[in-house]
Amino acid sequence: MQGFASEFATATTLILTGDPELWSIVLLSMRVSVFAVLISAVIGMPIGAALAVARFPGRRATIVLMNALMGLPPVVVGLLVYLMLSRSGPLGVLELLYTPTAMIIAQVVLVTPIIAALTRQVVELLAEEYAEQLRSLGVSRLASVPVLLWDARLALVTALLAGFGRAIAEVGAVIIVGGNINHVTRVMTTTIALETSRGNLALALALGAILIGIAVAVNALVSALSLRAEQEGLRHA
Amino acid sequence: MRDFPTENGGALQVENIQIARNGTALLDVPSLRLDGPGPTLLLGPNGAGKSLLLRCLHGLITPDRGRVLQGGELLNQAHRARQAMVFQRPVLLRRSVAANLDFVLKRKGFPRATRKHQIAELLAEGGLSDKARQSARSLSGGEAQRLSILRALALSPDTLFLDEPTSALDPTATQTIEKMILRASSRGVRILMVTHDIGQARRLAADVVMMQGGHVVEHGAARRVLNAPESAAARRYLAGGLVT
Amino acid sequence: MIRNLIRAASVSLGLLALPANAEEPFIVVQSTTSTQNSGLFEHILPWFEAETGIDVRVVAVGTGQAIKNAVNGDGDVLLVHSKADEDRFVAEGWGVERFDVMYNDFVLVGPRTDPAGVKGGDDITGALTAIFDAEAPFASRGDDSGTHKAEIRFWADAGIDPTDASGTWYRETGSGMGATLNVAGGMGAYALTDRATWLTFGNRGDLEILVEGDPRLFNQYGVILVNSERHPGVRAAAGQRFIDWLIGPDGQSAIETYTLDGEQLFFPNAE
Repeated sequence: MQGFASEFATATTLILTGDPELWSIVLLSMRVSVFAVLISAVIGMPIGAALAVARFPGRRATIVLMNALMGLPPVVVGLLVYLMLSRSGPLGVLELLYTPTAMIIAQVVLVTPIIAALTRQVVELLAEEYAEQLRSLGVSRLASVPVLLWDARLALVTALLAGFGRAIAEVGAVIIVGGNINHVTRVMTTTIALETSRGNLALALALGAILIGIAVAVNALVSALSLRAEQEGLRHA
Repeated sequence: MRDFPTENGGALQVENIQIARNGTALLDVPSLRLDGPGPTLLLGPNGAGKSLLLRCLHGLITPDRGRVLQGGELLNQAHRARQAMVFQRPVLLRRSVAANLDFVLKRKGFPRATRKHQIAELLAEGGLSDKARQSARSLSGGEAQRLSILRALALSPDTLFLDEPTSALDPTATQTIEKMILRASSRGVRILMVTHDIGQARRLAADVVMMQGGHVVEHGAARRVLNAPESAAARRYLAGGLVT
Repeated sequence: MIRNLIRAASVSLGLLALPANAEEPFIVVQSTTSTQNSGLFEHILPWFEAETGIDVRVVAVGTGQAIKNAVNGDGDVLLVHSKADEDRFVAEGWGVERFDVMYNDFVLVGPRTDPAGVKGGDDITGALTAIFDAEAPFASRGDDSGTHKAEIRFWADAGIDPTDASGTWYRETGSGMGATLNVAGGMGAYALTDRATWLTFGNRGDLEILVEGDPRLFNQYGVILVNSERHPGVRAAAGQRFIDWLIGPDGQSAIETYTLDGEQLFFPNAE
């Protein structure tokens, strides 16, 4: 185990000294996952909020389906996106396979249901509270969606973080559609998978430590920001 | 107080409205016409149907049967746009005090420049000028209810419905709210307010609608109903009996 | 506050959105984990990229999957190690022509305790028979890769169908070479691996080479240009340039110079 300890120390040094190769991987991970979460938010939040306020036949079933989609197996998503983007697939002409864009698409598929389902829960609670007041003000169900989303913003940050956590930690989908190509689509998780398969367990573990560190840092930053926003009484709202 | 309420959109009337749940009649009012110039208070014990009636008049609830009219016309969106309602527990948006007012002014289509001025005026009216930028959720109970009344007034309504707005407040806060209501009334806003507090009815009401068990048991000038009730139910309630 | 947040968000987005070397010409090579895990590509590709300015993007999967991906047109060049499948790929019109590139060999690794007693031998079928008789744990790739296909061939040569014992002493991992070696190390199992992956593998633990040197353990790699008549999107010119380089003197000597701890991992043998 001594070899392991020294290898872990080497890996940690690599990380702390800001090895450019490593940091380009970290940056790509962040770039892909942040974009994926933003796009998922733009799609998922209105869907979740609309589902919270709308009343239509099949609504219950839609909610059950959406909640189930939160647990989509990444490998299956990877495979579906691969089949779409492959040169033999319907979107093959776009030449997106094995690019960061393909990884973003796969993560959007994974993250959108999470954000939509959590948004639905948060907004539904708020909608119950606001329902009579908004109707009294003549705000229609549809028009209440942006109002509810804005007023639920602090709770929705948690939904974003849950989505980000899923995206940044996911490997099954991005390795299929990204191909784990060095300097192009190699991200934290695929690097960890690669180093594990090379038997470099200490390096893999050290990379895992960074991944956890990033997740903690992002969560801390966002929670600090939203706490400040709350304390400042939303002065610019 | 104004003698001739000419701008309040005409009398509010109900015709044969009924609401029943599981075979029990919750509201059953064959006929009621509300056109008094001063505040009308709906008085009665819990479960008398006061809040249901108020919601029917505001169009929040559609009765199982019967119709609600304003100025002789079926209650419509144009009427509703000139109505406002204050709830027992104020529902404030999770925004600043000023933003709560800005929300309705913006919906009314006022330009930004005049909104700012209107907000300042409203806040002064409610004694909340120093709290404009504070989160509305951090207000005390009395302040929160004042803000929700200001927000209702920001709609420049001809009719203001209030559903037990002071039931959770202490006497000082209650007094402030009552003053705001009387000021609004004196400016020509028709006040329709639910209370179970006989003292409040004596302080505010020009007319009183006594309700019990989903029925209107008495309707008339406050002085007469409160001092010389004709119905047994009204007499029992006013005698301080816990009528159910 | 909100305005600050938006400003911060847009600044960080701007940083994140910087495009990655967008205009550079590139090709996608579908290849196997052994070539990637061994570090061969990292060694030879910089020469090619410096000479031609063509970026080579390697997708490393098992041979079976690499071929399927190439059939789907998701690659310009195929570099794998399962000759029969490669010939079929060309015969069915998916590839233009197959060229030998290099070879190395397979080795049988296993726990130092060697419960089947195969250590030191150079007869792969004999060793497998001994493992079968001892019912000693054996970790198979089970993933349709080149190494897996070779393993299946050796079992067949020994007249044994190990899949009858699947789940008992015969364990199919369904994973890459490295992952399978991790499993073998973890449960003291035998495994067949290519020598390059073995030499670069960092988690050998109790495993060591037990059988090597059987001529049947020869492991040939071939390269094929994906047919642009089947998939018009194939970057045929750049792909052909890579193949020409790889089987030409420059590529062959680049392969030859790749060593690890003084040991050569791949032996060029293009004609």
